[in-house]
Amino acid sequence: MRAEIQDGIAIAAAGLGKRYGEQWALRDFDLEVPAGSVLGLLGHNGAGKTTAIRILTTLAQPTAGGASVAGCDVVAEPAPVRERIGLTSQAATVDGLLSASGNLEMIGRLYHLPRRVARERAAELLERLRLADTGDKLVRDFSGGMRRRLDLAASLVAAPPVLFLDEPTTGLDPESRNELWALLRTLVDDGTTVLLTTQYLEEADQLADRIVLLDHGEIAATGTPAQLKARHGGERIAVSVPAEAQLEVAAGALERVAAGAAEIDAEAALVSAPASESTRLIEVVRALDEAGVDATDVHRREATLDDVFLAITRSSERKEVPTQ
Amino acid sequence: MTATTLPRTAAGPARLRWLLADSATIAGRSFAHIRQIPEKLFDVTLQPLMFVLLFSFVFGEVIAVPGGGDYKEYLIGGILVQTLAFGMMGPGVSMATDLGEGILDRFRSLPMLRPAFLLGHLTAEFAASVLAVAIMVLTGLIVGWRTDSSPAEAIGGFALTALLAVTTLWLGTLIGVIARSPDVVQGIAFLVIFPLTFIATTFVPITGLPDGLRQFAEYNPVSAWAAGLRTLFGNPTATPADAAWPLAHPVLSSVLWCVAILAVVVPLTLHAYRRRTTG
Repeated sequence: MRAEIQDGIAIAAAGLGKRYGEQWALRDFDLEVPAGSVLGLLGHNGAGKTTAIRILTTLAQPTAGGASVAGCDVVAEPAPVRERIGLTSQAATVDGLLSASGNLEMIGRLYHLPRRVARERAAELLERLRLADTGDKLVRDFSGGMRRRLDLAASLVAAPPVLFLDEPTTGLDPESRNELWALLRTLVDDGTTVLLTTQYLEEADQLADRIVLLDHGEIAATGTPAQLKARHGGERIAVSVPAEAQLEVAAGALERVAAGAAEIDAEAALVSAPASESTRLIEVVRALDEAGVDATDVHRREATLDDVFLAITRSSERKEVPTQ
Repeated sequence: MTATTLPRTAAGPARLRWLLADSATIAGRSFAHIRQIPEKLFDVTLQPLMFVLLFSFVFGEVIAVPGGGDYKEYLIGGILVQTLAFGMMGPGVSMATDLGEGILDRFRSLPMLRPAFLLGHLTAEFAASVLAVAIMVLTGLIVGWRTDSSPAEAIGGFALTALLAVTTLWLGTLIGVIARSPDVVQGIAFLVIFPLTFIATTFVPITGLPDGLRQFAEYNPVSAWAAGLRTLFGNPTATPADAAWPLAHPVLSSVLWCVAILAVVVPLTLHAYRRRTTG
């Protein structure tokens, strides 16, 4: 591990907050990310994920609280922080009028690498991200996926000990996404600390050692993927219905026999509810049939992060209703 | 992956060295853009060439310079000012473009020194201005323009040209930083540059202007700059005997205008730039 990361904590935040006007985009944000681990910051659009990343990467000033990255305070000593981080933002941050290698060399120079080293690094990263064939092409002619990969390469130029990735796989095809995941795993094996935001629960499940779930700017839950699943689910019974109109009826029928409140996932035409040891599938099918629900699939499964996510963000919506 | 040891944050001379190196890297980026889109240089290459030729051959024969002298000799001072004024669009457009895209987030997350972004931009744009001035001077020499002053005065003329270039580049940068998009920059620049350069001594002597316009022209900094350059190059100025103070003392008032504009525009630009780039 690198000397500058003390006590094994690569990213720390305490009471971090950011207010725009009257609106808190992020509030009471506490975080401790051990060096060499992956933290997944999970949440809907506008939950505060990007705000957190912008503060931790010195792009935005916090309104409250403080944070340190790689042992340096993000407000008091932004310069050493910038030397130790790599950032891939949501928006493309590469120059369309430069070649891929031109972009990486320029970034290497701005990290104050000697020209020769910057050139070698650029070639190495292009090779690693399967962009070597297109290294001399103008980036404006790149596909969205190639741009994303180049963006990631750009954040790796200085082999930074701490890496921030804001929705790194958005817009990538499944193959590129799997490659990126594999690459991130090698980086983490080499000791890199990664903080990534994502809207994809599968991504957090696959990559993150710990997850922080953000909802309306506040932390709604933290834990390992397994802990979150256990805390908010355990086993569940899932029912698929052929038409959206049957969702509510199916939820009602399921709740009568299941061990808790049912969640509706309208997009997937799916209703699920926690199951206990004594919940029997035959009873579920009977209840559904009595309610006139024409279920296309009924099965028992382990809770997924989707369930956790839905359960937590739903309950916060319910809490908000009376105040609005 | 090879471990890359980063240089530690430094102070003093190393800081200055890095500021220069970072600015050079950013300027290099602008030059690389020009290699990709050579049309970017039209306004500082073909346009001045065209203006010198058009005005000297179309107006040259019909416009008499009051107090005597050749119109081509009179013209160059004005065209230099006009071209440098249009030169503010370069930094304006490139700054507005960069600020509208995500690339600035990338730069701001890097350990490059903060002022290097603006400095690099200005360096590249200044190089473009030097190219424009060189083209105009050469074209001028071909059509018959000559300096008729001491070498020291002529050098002073080029020094004033450089000061004026810096002034307009900062003005353009300010417009670029406050504009919402590159198109807005072009709009603002045209609205400002056209009236200012035409209601002035730029192309025609102001003696024939109606009341009101003539007073505007006499106090217009563009008139002072054109007359200042003409004076230093030893070209006819056609300044009326009863001209207002700025036009009667064109070299001094030119420098004062530049200093005054820079004194306002530089801090304003830095303030607006900081506001736009720190959230």
